[in-house]
Amino acid sequence: MREITYAQAIREALAEEMRRDESVFLMGEDIGVYGGAFGVTLGLIDEFGPEKVMDTPLSEAAIVGAAVGAALLGMRPVAEIQFSDFLTIAADQLVNQAAKIRYMFGGKAKVPLVVRTPLGSGTGAAAQHSQSLETWFMHIPGLKVLAPATPYDAKGLLKSAIRDDNPVVFFEHKLLYRTKGPVPEEDYTVPIGQAAVRREGRDVTIIASSVMVLRSLAAAEKLAEEGIDAEVIDLRSLRPLDADAIVKSVCKTGRAVVVHEANRFAGFGGEIVATIVESEAFDFLDAPVVRLGGKDVPIPYNPVLERAAVPQEEDIVEACRRVMQESRRWR
Amino acid sequence: MFSTVERPPAAPVDLPPERLVHMYRQMRRIRHFEEAVDRLYQQGRIWGTFHLYIGQEASAVGAIEALRPDDYITSTHRGHGHCIAKGASLALMMAELRGKETGYCRGRGGSMHIADLETGNLGANGIVGGGVPIAAGAALAIKKQRRDQVVMCFFGDGALQQGAFHEAVNFAAVFKLPVVFVCENNRYAMSLPVEKGLGSTDIVARAAAYGIPGRSVDGNDVLAVYAAAKEAVERARAGGGPTLLETRTYRLRGHSKSDANRYRTKEEIEQWRQRCPILRFEQWLQAAGLLGPDDFERIKAEVLQEIEAAIEFAEAQPDPDPARLAEGVYA
Repeated sequence: MREITYAQAIREALAEEMRRDESVFLMGEDIGVYGGAFGVTLGLIDEFGPEKVMDTPLSEAAIVGAAVGAALLGMRPVAEIQFSDFLTIAADQLVNQAAKIRYMFGGKAKVPLVVRTPLGSGTGAAAQHSQSLETWFMHIPGLKVLAPATPYDAKGLLKSAIRDDNPVVFFEHKLLYRTKGPVPEEDYTVPIGQAAVRREGRDVTIIASSVMVLRSLAAAEKLAEEGIDAEVIDLRSLRPLDADAIVKSVCKTGRAVVVHEANRFAGFGGEIVATIVESEAFDFLDAPVVRLGGKDVPIPYNPVLERAAVPQEEDIVEACRRVMQESRRWR
Repeated sequence: MFSTVERPPAAPVDLPPERLVHMYRQMRRIRHFEEAVDRLYQQGRIWGTFHLYIGQEASAVGAIEALRPDDYITSTHRGHGHCIAKGASLALMMAELRGKETGYCRGRGGSMHIADLETGNLGANGIVGGGVPIAAGAALAIKKQRRDQVVMCFFGDGALQQGAFHEAVNFAAVFKLPVVFVCENNRYAMSLPVEKGLGSTDIVARAAAYGIPGRSVDGNDVLAVYAAAKEAVERARAGGGPTLLETRTYRLRGHSKSDANRYRTKEEIEQWRQRCPILRFEQWLQAAGLLGPDDFERIKAEVLQEIEAAIEFAEAQPDPDPARLAEGVYA
């Protein structure tokens, strides 16, 4: 199979969905000729023109709000919010409007929109351009929240998101844009709400999403050299969350490490741990579950500090070793 | 109080007698519906909160008369008047305010979230200014779908203090969207007088900053509102883009049910009671030889009967079943 980048995969999904469905269009800041801050929409304006690839004013509330209004009238807008940090500016439209309209109106309306937005640190963009705010939106009934880790999933999940009749927040990690992976040329979708087992293992389950999946897979290779056989679960969809996949894996391994870049305190890792301990997997646990997440600081600028602020491969390796040691102590 | 209020048009309006009578009836329906809501609340038969439109009837009725039935509106927390003027059923509204399963929103929305998609009412809104970006988005959809409807976006003077207003009006101006922004200046954002909430109370002067036309009218003169709205609606429908319209009016009741009116004087309220939009329209109708005192009494009696029937209908409706609590969160 051919290999393309994560950014190309997203661009293909956008182009193919616009060709497939007249009601799909894009809007966002600098997504036209400029191609978006990360070049994801580069060239799309040439094929689809400025009506389908709309450069908007720098107005996040208006962008998401206009997406809500357009969706109410049958369009399928895909809005790009240039950095996920700027979702805070659009939060009313996403949280109070998009997420609630269907319910508030007694189920009589639908709001099929996608907000695509890059999250995460690792680019030296500092505190206002590097956050991982997915937990905020996972907390809101009425929204779906996706965070693909591979080019294949980026394309397939984005297509599912565009075809979904609900508001979807689609988090793309900046560090993944240039990563390559196999992506079929023919049309396909990845279902929302299903996790993927990226690596099978017997000893410990690493539950991750987005860029942390790649770090977890690298960590698993290191651990294999030490005789620790880690299973890596890529959540892909954060809301709805595939609780069954998590529980099933932990029942098998008896050990779990949860890792995300979002701040550890009150982060969604807590929800995943709760999912484990409230399930039958509790009986299979051989060690306390370990949670890795961002440190309790704004993302700093200096590259050494920035790296230290979020979980790295070695942190995941260390956490898995610790879980293995703990389980020996438990026995 | 206001120095630049336009006088009512001296020349006959371009409306047939039956429309003028219809407008009068609509104003009466709003007034007496609101009085009934207040009464039912005092009796403990409606709970939660609501914001009465009493005193502002000319604004909704005059502006919406300029729309076609297939045009759209977005409304506010003080939305009963817009909802009725756009053609909603009093019975289904009353059922919603009673929280009944058969109300407009199946009892999930209540006063602040009434929507009636069939009559083009895209919803009231509990967030001040929250509907303004949505109106722009609905207008964007209309433009993309090459249809010729218009969106009329209602909001109060308080919304002018919100960032979303600026973002959305600018957005609509940039894309020349078919939307009419109707600022119902009822002089108070809850308790804050316009003089204390706005750097300039010259509201329509803002229009120039967006490069769109603006016009201020006496919001208690239903025909003046109609005439100004008609011009704006025609411009929007012809592709001329948005207009900012200010209807200068006054809310005769408190902000919501808990308001003790500490921020304004009895004299001021009484002064505005003298300018009651319904009494003023009665004078006009009488002078025009269309209706007389007997007709006013007859119409009022008919409206009161309709409202009693709505109350009875709502009383007999079933409450929602808690087992169906989660319905309608997702499509």
